[in-house]
Amino acid sequence: MADVDITSQTMDGMGPHGTKVGLLRVLGPAHVWALGVGIVLVGEYMGWNFAVGKGGAYAALIACWFAGILYSCVAMIDSEVTSTVASAGGQYTQAKHIVGPLMAFNVGLYLVFAYTMLEAANAITAGYLFSVVASMTGHADALDQRPFIILVIMFLAWLNYRGVLATLTFNLVITSIAFLAILVLFLSTSGVIGTGIMEHAALFEGHELPYGWIGVLAAMHFGLWYYLGIEGTTQAAEEVRSPARALPFGTLAGIMTLLIAATLTWYVCSGVLPWEFLGDGVNGSVAPLFDTARLSGSNALIWLLGFGTLFATLASANGCINDASRAWFAMGRDKYLPGWFGAVHPKYRTPYRAIIFLVPIALIFALGAPLDQVITFSILSGLLGYTFMPLNIILFRRRWPLETIKRGYEHPFHPVPAITLLTLCGVTFFAVFLGYGTQLVAMIGFYIVVSLWFHFWRYRFVNRGAQFTMPWPKPRGY
Amino acid sequence: MAHYQPPKQGKASQLFDVVVLVVLTVGALFVPLWMGMAGAAKSVSTPVENPTWETLGQNEAQSAKYEALGYTPETAHDLILARFDYSFSITALLTMIAVILLYYFLILRFSEVEYREVISEKFGE
Repeated sequence: MADVDITSQTMDGMGPHGTKVGLLRVLGPAHVWALGVGIVLVGEYMGWNFAVGKGGAYAALIACWFAGILYSCVAMIDSEVTSTVASAGGQYTQAKHIVGPLMAFNVGLYLVFAYTMLEAANAITAGYLFSVVASMTGHADALDQRPFIILVIMFLAWLNYRGVLATLTFNLVITSIAFLAILVLFLSTSGVIGTGIMEHAALFEGHELPYGWIGVLAAMHFGLWYYLGIEGTTQAAEEVRSPARALPFGTLAGIMTLLIAATLTWYVCSGVLPWEFLGDGVNGSVAPLFDTARLSGSNALIWLLGFGTLFATLASANGCINDASRAWFAMGRDKYLPGWFGAVHPKYRTPYRAIIFLVPIALIFALGAPLDQVITFSILSGLLGYTFMPLNIILFRRRWPLETIKRGYEHPFHPVPAITLLTLCGVTFFAVFLGYGTQLVAMIGFYIVVSLWFHFWRYRFVNRGAQFTMPWPKPRGY
Repeated sequence: MAHYQPPKQGKASQLFDVVVLVVLTVGALFVPLWMGMAGAAKSVSTPVENPTWETLGQNEAQSAKYEALGYTPETAHDLILARFDYSFSITALLTMIAVILLYYFLILRFSEVEYREVISEKFGE
C-alpha cells in the first residue's frame, strides 16, 4: 500500500499547498484529448513535410515512426508523473518538485517558447491559407497576410481570456472536424471509396533516398513536428476535475490518434505530390494535405481540407496560447518571473495577464521570421524538454518509489522508455545539427545565459520551501 | 533551519527583469537571422540550362504532377534541384556536443544545490 494515494477522492485534484483553490476545475478527459491533439494536429497539415525535404519521402516515413516511438515514450512518462501533479505548469511543475528550481525555470521557458513559436507558425499558415483562398476566388493581387495573422492571434487570445471551458470545447469541435477531414481524404484518394489516385511507386522512382541514410537521420529534425505538443496536455492539470484519471486517459488517447493521423498523412501526401515540391514548405507545399486535395480534382475535398487546415491551425494556436500562458502564469505565481503574472482573473478564473503579455511576443515571431526558422526554434525548445523527461522520470522513481505515492497511471518497462527517449533525443540533436547547427548553438547559448541570470539574480525573490506545493512525502535520499 | 525571507521586488525591477528576458529571447531567434548564419539554405549546385522534365530527372508521372500544380520545367528548376549540404566538420560536431553537455551539467548542478535548500526548508533537516 502506498503511503500517499494521489488517486483517492480526497487527494485527486488537490492543488498547490494542499488546497482546491486556483484556476477553475471544469474539464474532462475529452478536453484533455482536444488540448493535446488540437495543438499537434496542425503538424499533419503543415510543417512535417520539411522532413521530406531533408531526406526524401521514405526518410520522412521512417522519421514519422521513430518520432512516434519518441512521443509514445513522452506520453507514457508524462502520464505517470502528471497523474500525481495537479497543478498548472505541466513539466515545469514536475521539474520544480523532482529535479530543482533552475531545471524548472528552464523547462518553463522551453514550454513557453515551444508553444509561442508554434502559435506563431500557426498564424503564419492561417495567413497563407487566407491568401490562397483569396486567389482561388478571384482576388487578382497578392493578399497582405499580416492583418489575418494579427487577427488570428488576437481572437484566440480573447477566447482564452474569457474562459478555459469555452476555449477547449471550441478546440474539441474543430479538432474533431480536422481529424475527420484527414480520414475522408484518405478514404477518397486511396481507392477505398471510388478510384484511387495514389502513385507511390512512380513518384518515388529514382528518388527513394536522395541524400542516402544521412538524410534519414536529418529527417528526424522535422519528424518531431508530426507530434510536437502532445505533452501540453499536462498544462490542464489544475483545470481538470480528476487529474489522476483524466490526464493519462486524454494523453494516451491523444498519442494513439496522432500515430494514426501522421501515418495516413504521409501515405496520402507522398502518393500524390512529388517529393521536391512536398519537401519545400516555403516555396513548394506550405499546406500538403490541402495541396493533395487540390490535385484530387474534387471541389468538396478542396473545401473540406481547406477548412481542415484552417481549423487545425486555429486549434493549435488556441491550445498553444492556453499552454504557454499556464506555464508563464505558474512561473509568475512562484516568483520565478515577476509575481504580477501570477494573477487569476476574478471573474473568468484564467491567467489573464500571462495571456495578454504573450500576445505581442507571438506577433513578433509571426510577423518577423520565416516559417522554417520559427518551427526550428519551436522544435528545439521541445527537444530540450524531451531530453529533460528521462532524467525526470528516473529521479521521480528513485525519490518516490511506487510504494510511496500511488499514481493514477504507472508506465510499463521502466527504465526502457526513458533510455529509448534519451537515445532518440540524441539522434534528433544530430539531425538538427545537420543544417540548423547555428540555431541550435544560439538557442542553447540563450538558455545558458538565462540560467545564469536566474541562479545569480532572479532566484533571490523565490520562497524556498513554499514552492514545493504537492502533498508528497519527503523524497528519499534527502 | 531558518526560513529564507526573499526581498520584496519593486515594480521597476520587475519590469526590468521582463525586458531582459524579452530582449534575450528575441535576440536568440533574430541575431542568427540578421547575421546571415541561420543556415539551412538549400542551393542548386549544378544548374541545368534549358531544362526539360527529363534533364531535371523527372519521369512521366512526376512531370505530370508538376504540370498539374502549375509548374513548367523552368519554374520548377530551383525547386527540384536545390539540395541541403550535409557536410560538416568533426570539430563543429564536438563543439555542439560539448555545449549541450555543459548546459545540462550546469543546470543539474545548480538545481541540486537549490533543491537541497527547498527540501530542507519544506521538510526540515
